[in-house]
Amino acid sequence: MLYFTRWKAAAILLTAFVACLFAVPNFLPEKMVQSWPKWAQRHVVLGLDLQGGSHILLEVDTNAVRKEKLESLRDDVRRVLRDARVGYTGLVVRGNSVEVRIREGSNFDQAVEKLRELSQPLGGILGSTTGQRSLDVTTEAGSLVRLTVTEPAIVERIRQSVEQSIQIIERRVNELGTVEPLIQRQGTDRILVQVPGLQDPTRLKELLGKTAKLDFRMVDVSMPAEQALQGRMPPDSEILYSATPPKTPYLVEKRILVSGGDLTDAQPGFDQRTNEPIVSFRFNTSGARKFAQVTQENVGKPFAIILDNQVISAPVIREPILGGSGQISGSFTVESANDLAILLRAGALPAPLTIIEERTVGPGLGQDSIAKGKTSSYVGAAMVIAFMLATYGLFGLFANIAVAINVAMIFGILSLLNATLTLPGIAGIVLTVGIAVDSNVLIYERIREEVRGGRTPINAIDAGFSRALATILDSNITTFIAAAVLFYIGTGPVRGFAVTLGIGIITTVFTAFTLTRLIVAYWVRWRRPQRVPI
Amino acid sequence: MRLLRIVPDDTKFDFMRFRRISFPVSALLSILAISLYFFHGLNFGIDFKGGTLIEVQSKSGPADLAKMRSALGSLGLGEVQLQQFGAPNDVLIRIAEQPGGETAQQAAVSKVRAALGDEVDYRRVEVVGPRVSGELLSYGVVGLMLAILAILIYLWFRFEWQFALGAMIANVHDIVLTIGFMSVTQIDFDLTSIAALLTILGYSLNDTVVIYDRIREMLRRYRKLPMPDLLNASVNQTLSRSVITHVTVSLALLALLLFGGQAIHSFTATMMFGVVLVGTYTSVFIASPILIYLGVGTGRDALTAPDRNK
Repeated sequence: MLYFTRWKAAAILLTAFVACLFAVPNFLPEKMVQSWPKWAQRHVVLGLDLQGGSHILLEVDTNAVRKEKLESLRDDVRRVLRDARVGYTGLVVRGNSVEVRIREGSNFDQAVEKLRELSQPLGGILGSTTGQRSLDVTTEAGSLVRLTVTEPAIVERIRQSVEQSIQIIERRVNELGTVEPLIQRQGTDRILVQVPGLQDPTRLKELLGKTAKLDFRMVDVSMPAEQALQGRMPPDSEILYSATPPKTPYLVEKRILVSGGDLTDAQPGFDQRTNEPIVSFRFNTSGARKFAQVTQENVGKPFAIILDNQVISAPVIREPILGGSGQISGSFTVESANDLAILLRAGALPAPLTIIEERTVGPGLGQDSIAKGKTSSYVGAAMVIAFMLATYGLFGLFANIAVAINVAMIFGILSLLNATLTLPGIAGIVLTVGIAVDSNVLIYERIREEVRGGRTPINAIDAGFSRALATILDSNITTFIAAAVLFYIGTGPVRGFAVTLGIGIITTVFTAFTLTRLIVAYWVRWRRPQRVPI
Repeated sequence: MRLLRIVPDDTKFDFMRFRRISFPVSALLSILAISLYFFHGLNFGIDFKGGTLIEVQSKSGPADLAKMRSALGSLGLGEVQLQQFGAPNDVLIRIAEQPGGETAQQAAVSKVRAALGDEVDYRRVEVVGPRVSGELLSYGVVGLMLAILAILIYLWFRFEWQFALGAMIANVHDIVLTIGFMSVTQIDFDLTSIAALLTILGYSLNDTVVIYDRIREMLRRYRKLPMPDLLNASVNQTLSRSVITHVTVSLALLALLLFGGQAIHSFTATMMFGVVLVGTYTSVFIASPILIYLGVGTGRDALTAPDRNK
């Protein structure tokens, strides 16, 4: 156990040295590290609990996605039947299906044939077809057609919605000018947004919480809104309320003239006459054409600018707007005008998002935590070092050297993995010191025993190592299993703990099997001890 | 230099005799812990219960808890708990989960911010909605079970099944007692508590495995030694290591407990109890003697058989 070939000793030292080397960038000023090659720049990332910031978990409203999918299917059915000149009654959404009754006298088979064309094969991975289709079309009693959206089609639609949402969120968050925000999908319908260094997430939450669906619609002037509220609603109109108090009802047409999807740009600004904050926008070509046509036809009538089903303003069209640009004025503040411009530029979310978890740590608390983490690590290390020296003397020194290298290696590997260091993660490192010391204790106690058993010093050391190492392996694997499970189920700070504990166990086993042994082996070769000093 | 010897060489404590005391005591404590869990309950944190936790720091000297309490009490948010947290100007505000789903939680935070205004710094805001809290709890419980199972399977491979079963009983005993401790102290039970429980599991097993390793070695070496004597010898031989290791782990934990701050206080306190107090006791007084009852080594020699009925 105490004999190392030259190349083996060199390999061990090199491994430890390289692992420690990776820890170096963490302790140098950032400016200095930036000039290094990319691979050498890797460093430990501080978790949100240490550097401060916001962690927000959003959930896509899958019911809204489902509902929207069904409503667009209903519109498709209406269009198909109208184009085919098929008479129908009772076109409704029911459950996961759209049902329609074909009028007698129409060509039922032809209508069904046309409707079947709405069903499309679902693409699998790499464009291969899975054999599944987006719709199940069934008929009943010779007049009823039921089009059911299949579950895979819904799942696919939700997936698309999440992807789209992520892109839009990225655009919105980037407008905040924050450093390295992390936006990623989690599970099937969730999106995790982590923004380091953000002190007050109120604005971020406002930007994330808005769908930002912008519509331009005509105000229905056939009757006052109050009258429509009393129950004589025109079928193609609905009541919407103003975005700012007092809540004023507006009777607006359901038909959308131009939507936010036709915008190419939006900027905050000020009205030249009143000096109020406004948002100016520009349409793309087709939007500009539609808008020009509508404003030409409706001069003198009011139209409504609607954001997320709330009326921002309802100005009267004074003259046709042909240039494809315009401005929205409502009761904006400078900030709300700016936010609206951001939202309009980034585009509308395909479905509403709900915040289901938020964890924000202010920078003050983060700094305190780092300071406390440092203090407790230093104090803990000092006490352990002193205790080991008192208990094992020279061998205690060997153990302390091994443990110090061990900790440096943990930092090196954490850097290599660009892992996140959290406060529980620091606790994990401190505990690793405990485990690492234990492996030395196991070896030394075994050596003591072997000495008492009457072996010569070198024999005892040799036997102590070989017997203790099996135990070290067994006992560390059990702890490693616990760390692995913790990593798998944990999130955020807890996962940080699992990572440092797991890496710590690996480095501990490595140092116990190689470094500690190497140090002792060299000492034995150098001193040829007559007795073991432990 | 004279080296420190906490445990003298060649101790000969009769640990196995204590099983007649330690087993009933442990059984009693376990029952107590379980009834505490059911009748006294755990102080579930927002991770598992949902709700809002806000840590604020008063900008001007010590926080006026009474004033804050009355300001927050009138918001109609149901139960609002205020608690001094570490320094006198730090206050922890807990708001129970609001009825009305996910968005209602966010509304509560806005109300608190409006009520407390600029007099305080918001050091930490955590909001966990009803859906996430339910998932976190089931993840935690499933994780704990998975870990026990995985470790059990590993031990079964490395040792005989009796050892795996013995370690498992010791394990469950540790976790039950620690949960009892959490119930008595009403420490926040949250995700970090699950982390603490898993670590206690790992550590306590670590300890048990070290002793089991020695028992296995002794079983191979001394074929005629009666089982209780063999177990006693194994525990005595590893005693020095157990004590020294626990001193070092305690030193590390003590540093975390004293200087690690409030954020990991409940974590380290739980670890201290679980690892240092329960874990050590379990591996010596439960995990080892239980092997006698599980029938380890009964087939080896007739000498060991009478002991089981003594």
